Amino acid sequence: MVLSIAWKNVWRNKLRSIIVIASITIGLIGGIFYLAFSNGMVQTQIESAINNEISNIEIHNPSYLINDETKFGINNTGEIIEKLKTVDGIKSITTRLKSIAMVSSATTGTGILLNGIDIQKEIETTNINNKIVEGSYFEKPTRNPIVIGKKLADKLKVKIGSKIVVTLQNMNEDITYGAFKIVGIYKTDNTNFDLFNTFTQKEDLNNLLSYKNNEATEIAILLNHNDLTDTVAAEIKKIFAQDIEDKDIVIRSWKEIQPMLQMMNEMTIQFTMIFVAIILFALSFGIINTMLMAIMERVREIGMLMAIGMSKIKVFLMIMMETIFLSITGGILGIVISWILVQFSFKTGIDLSAVGEGLNSWGYSSFIRPELDLIYYFMIALLVIFTAIFASILPARKALKLIPSEAVRQDI
Amino acid sequence: MSIIKTINLNKIYNETVVPVHAVKDVNLEFEQGEFTAIIGPSGCGKTTLLNLIGGLDSPTSGEVIIDGTNISNLKPKEVIDFRLRNIGFVFQSYNLVPVLTAKENVEFIMQLQGSDKSKRDERVKILFEQIGLIDRMNDRPSKMSGGQQQRVAVARALASKPKFILADEPTANLDSAATSNLLDIMLKLNETENTTFIFSTHDSRVIERARRLITLKDGQVEKVE
Repeated sequence: MVLSIAWKNVWRNKLRSIIVIASITIGLIGGIFYLAFSNGMVQTQIESAINNEISNIEIHNPSYLINDETKFGINNTGEIIEKLKTVDGIKSITTRLKSIAMVSSATTGTGILLNGIDIQKEIETTNINNKIVEGSYFEKPTRNPIVIGKKLADKLKVKIGSKIVVTLQNMNEDITYGAFKIVGIYKTDNTNFDLFNTFTQKEDLNNLLSYKNNEATEIAILLNHNDLTDTVAAEIKKIFAQDIEDKDIVIRSWKEIQPMLQMMNEMTIQFTMIFVAIILFALSFGIINTMLMAIMERVREIGMLMAIGMSKIKVFLMIMMETIFLSITGGILGIVISWILVQFSFKTGIDLSAVGEGLNSWGYSSFIRPELDLIYYFMIALLVIFTAIFASILPARKALKLIPSEAVRQDI
Repeated sequence: MSIIKTINLNKIYNETVVPVHAVKDVNLEFEQGEFTAIIGPSGCGKTTLLNLIGGLDSPTSGEVIIDGTNISNLKPKEVIDFRLRNIGFVFQSYNLVPVLTAKENVEFIMQLQGSDKSKRDERVKILFEQIGLIDRMNDRPSKMSGGQQQRVAVARALASKPKFILADEPTANLDSAATSNLLDIMLKLNETENTTFIFSTHDSRVIERARRLITLKDGQVEKVE
């Protein structure tokens, strides 16, 4: 009875209720879409870092992390990979030989990271092969081929076919050098990565650094899904517990390798949820104002209800339910429309290439796919309910303070 | 035995600032089946007296005893429940809930009492037949004339099967025809159902048809005839 009359009262002044509902709906659409957009930006960055740079899990020699010299490598990569193959959830595994080097072109020189890779395994593990903008990803057999980033190519003023000289330190700490021919130029969403990272065949680098085939400075592991990262990392750490204790290897997930990314992931959600809460808090004052007006217009009627015997708790509940219905109608509309909008924009994506340079320099993609887990919609729904209850208290108290004998005779 | 009894009833507003003695030493008794009008000029205390009898206001001193219960001693929550089960109200400006149909307005008080649906339906049908609006029971108040709305208000007051009905200037907003029609219905209910009606009014059309007149002057009973 109270619910029925409260729902009917919401539609007593349709225009006013629609304005309040529309303000809640639009406020929520803005807040949720901003949340999904920010989340999409961070998720794209994480995805890009995992698929192009660090994979989900990496294994190193602990000394390599302190001093990234090639002499601190992993000796028994074959044995480690065999053990890794027994773990569920792993999509691919690749070994890398990474060395800091100086590169010189005919015009200039700069510092780089030379990644000696197993091409086939790397294709299975990273997406650099799909980021080629000129040339190819080691398709044509050439002596000492190298793939470099677009930013580095621009800096060195080189093109496909150009030769560059790489100078580096081998395992015996002797300076060595090699001439490499540029076969491909790639471009990712991270210009700093493109400026620094170059790729060559591991066997070519093995020769330069006096490395053996089953040696590497890094083992990268790509998982079937990012959600598996923590569980698989824990399982691998368990398998290699003795090696970890002996300080032969160290196993780290992307969250440990790039803690900033993980922090941004969590902080973006938290800050944006606070933003949504502020929107709802501001909207609650609009709801309170509307409900107070509604009560002022119905003083005589509420007085009559109290006079004929409607208890105070029922009057309080009636006003409270009116406020909650008003807020929740806006809330449901806002959440449903936002969900549709987020799903649609996830499919189509949002192209921000007009400001792509700036975004790429911060490691963000210029193509954003807004996305939001259902749990956040649920949390926002709870926030709406909380806002509705908060907004209902003042109008309901106002109604309770009416004196029936005076209220029934009040002129409106 | 009287159904309502007031003993030395006093109501003083603004006691500490500028005291207004709205009701002064009123001692009255009302019997079951009365059709009584409380009359007097504006500001003589008619509405205040009705509010005290109906438990909408509490006296400064004195007692209101209804069917043996001294309502002046009841707690606020108990007074609300007492009103719900014992007193019917008809107000000057109808005060129907506009979002409910006429039927729902009448049914509402029975829902507050906790009556089940079949009993409500049966009672509502009888009441609408009595007020002559059986064909309008599904209309909203906004589609009805003032007279029809006030008849629905009478039906609502009767719905809870109260011991008596207090009507505060029920015809003040009605034209002659509507007033006559409303009074016919109330008199019929009084005669056939022995329903007790107590009005406050200064409408000569009501005064003419009342069986007992209580005249107030400056909050005191001047005359009972």
